[in-house]
Amino acid sequence: MTAPERRFRTPDITSALRGLFAPRAASFGINVVLYIASFAVALGIAALLVSLTDATPGQVITEMYNGSLKYGSSFGQTIDEATPILIVALGVVIATRAGIINIGTEGQLLMGATVGTAIGLNVPGPGGLVLVFTIVGAAIGGALWAGVAAALRFTRGVDIVISTLLLNFVANQVLSFLVNRESLLRETTKAGQISVPQSDQLPERVWMPRIGEYPNLNFQVGVFLAIALVVLVAVFLTRSRWGFRIKMLGLNEVAARRAGVRVAALGGGALLLSGAFAGAAGGTMLTGTVFRVQPGFSNDVGFDGLLVALIARGSPMATVPVAFFFGMLRSGGGFLASAGVPSYFVGIVKALLVLAALFPPLLLGVARRRRELRQARAAARATPPPALGVEAA
Amino acid sequence: MNDVTTILGSAIRLFGPLAFAGSGEYVAERSGTLNISIEAMMLAGAFFSIYGANVTGSIVLGLVFGMVAGLVVAAIHANFSHRLSANTFVVGIALNVFVLGITSFLTETEKNHLDPRQAKTLKIPFFHDLDIVGKSIFTNRWPIYLLVIVIPLSWWIVQRTRWGLEVRASGEDPIAADVTGIDVNKRRRQTMYYCGLMSGLGGAYYALGEVGQFNTNMTAGRGFIVNAAVIFGGWTLFGTIGGCFLFGAADALRLALPALGYTITPQVLIAAPYVLALLAMLLFAKRARKPAALAQPFERSST
Repeated sequence: MTAPERRFRTPDITSALRGLFAPRAASFGINVVLYIASFAVALGIAALLVSLTDATPGQVITEMYNGSLKYGSSFGQTIDEATPILIVALGVVIATRAGIINIGTEGQLLMGATVGTAIGLNVPGPGGLVLVFTIVGAAIGGALWAGVAAALRFTRGVDIVISTLLLNFVANQVLSFLVNRESLLRETTKAGQISVPQSDQLPERVWMPRIGEYPNLNFQVGVFLAIALVVLVAVFLTRSRWGFRIKMLGLNEVAARRAGVRVAALGGGALLLSGAFAGAAGGTMLTGTVFRVQPGFSNDVGFDGLLVALIARGSPMATVPVAFFFGMLRSGGGFLASAGVPSYFVGIVKALLVLAALFPPLLLGVARRRRELRQARAAARATPPPALGVEAA
Repeated sequence: MNDVTTILGSAIRLFGPLAFAGSGEYVAERSGTLNISIEAMMLAGAFFSIYGANVTGSIVLGLVFGMVAGLVVAAIHANFSHRLSANTFVVGIALNVFVLGITSFLTETEKNHLDPRQAKTLKIPFFHDLDIVGKSIFTNRWPIYLLVIVIPLSWWIVQRTRWGLEVRASGEDPIAADVTGIDVNKRRRQTMYYCGLMSGLGGAYYALGEVGQFNTNMTAGRGFIVNAAVIFGGWTLFGTIGGCFLFGAADALRLALPALGYTITPQVLIAAPYVLALLAMLLFAKRARKPAALAQPFERSST
């Protein structure tokens, strides 16, 4: 049997070198152009929608700016909105590094806030201490809810993506059940007053302290907790043995197992930790801004945190500006109605910006894979196939 | 007797939208893509079916508008996830937020194109006189009877065509499928298009057939129930449809029982689809009928 004839090519060293260095130099410029182009398209679509209303795009931008940055109080609100989003995002970053996609943050946040409410309402003691208990309890509540998914995964092999997704909806109903029972969390009212399905308000001594007074800049101190967690997560992920193992697990589970990583303990731990972060975020919302739980408490903060983490592409530091930006959209959205634009507009802009932020790295990734494939094919043509079985003959 | 007819009829009507979308999502999951934007597809289908029926004045064209709206959502999702390799959950969540935003936004700005429209009731000859099932199953708004075509079609294209074989191969072992020359990501995109058409039709049936108008966020999480139904059904079409019926019935019971004088815990019935789906995965995990590569992105590697 004769081997099929092959075209023979000498490897071209100069073009190979250019292939190694040129893309890196060029990709920065391409990146900038692509980002500008895709954000321009996103904002163009948004402007098109504004033109359906009586407002102008300029008015919308002014109102968003007024609502999120201009005044001390609006800047403070942006910080308040960004804080829980940032904490959720940090947890998701940890899980993503371990190769786990935790889309159950919404439910974990809700369960955390529920446990926090039970503690904040019932535990006696000095306010500061109970506040700490409430936040820690919220973190534990979130971790336990994530623990359900972890247990299902590592004992019965149930997919984490699916279980965390489904548990979100169950969490909603658990909360709804609790706040509809007088003997459980439903608010207690004086005789004659109508009781609503929500919990009692936390006593003021358990509220998160605030910095600043109303007309000026004022925000909850939970933001310092969030910043501290950013530093902590960044250091542990990049500088500790644990962080290295997490990364190894995320890159290749089989290799990690062979190298002695206990996959169930480490992966389950990462998922639990990410649930704890989501729960703690619920705790800061509870003690910092909302003060009681009710159906719809989570208000998509869990999903926003997930989006922030995935836009930041696993970098704890990058979550800070992205979370701040999401906070701006939330606080600015409240001002849109005064320009005659339905507040649903914020959701549209958020989704468009997420897709626009995804686009450039994806496009470059596709280009890179095509290039590598081309090079691999060229290399395969250049080297003769290994002569199988020749030695034996 | 009368109560049974009422609840069964209500269950059938709530089963309809789930069953359309469920047939589509069944096909999509067999190709290995876990699609969480069904909610967006259904909501877009619901809105644009009413919009289309108002603009064209025809119910049929309204349904077509709804299907195309679902297809557009699917096209965005599929090309982001299975052409550009974006994380499918990020895209799915973003699309859910986007469609909820844009349909609610347009509801306020396009008020004069959103008058109530409803498809006519169809009585199936001979059967509509029967006891119990006559009023509940054989007397309904006509688009629901499209299920008689959609369900067998979904089964046939997956189980009896070459395309379906390639779809199933892509879901079970994408690398082996790729080696035999199947374009895995193309098959996944195509199944998502089918899912988009069917989910759009499901939403359109819900708006044009049952409710007769569009309300903000009218699908209210039904897309996720469809995800749960496919899982509950163990990734078989008939399991999926059974799951859709069970979850539609749970919804019907939640609405009907208080009216008939029973006290219930609505939360248990609302949470039932998700808990049952989790239990089904827990109990049948060993007999894993899950497509082996479900929710795992496929990229050709160069080495």
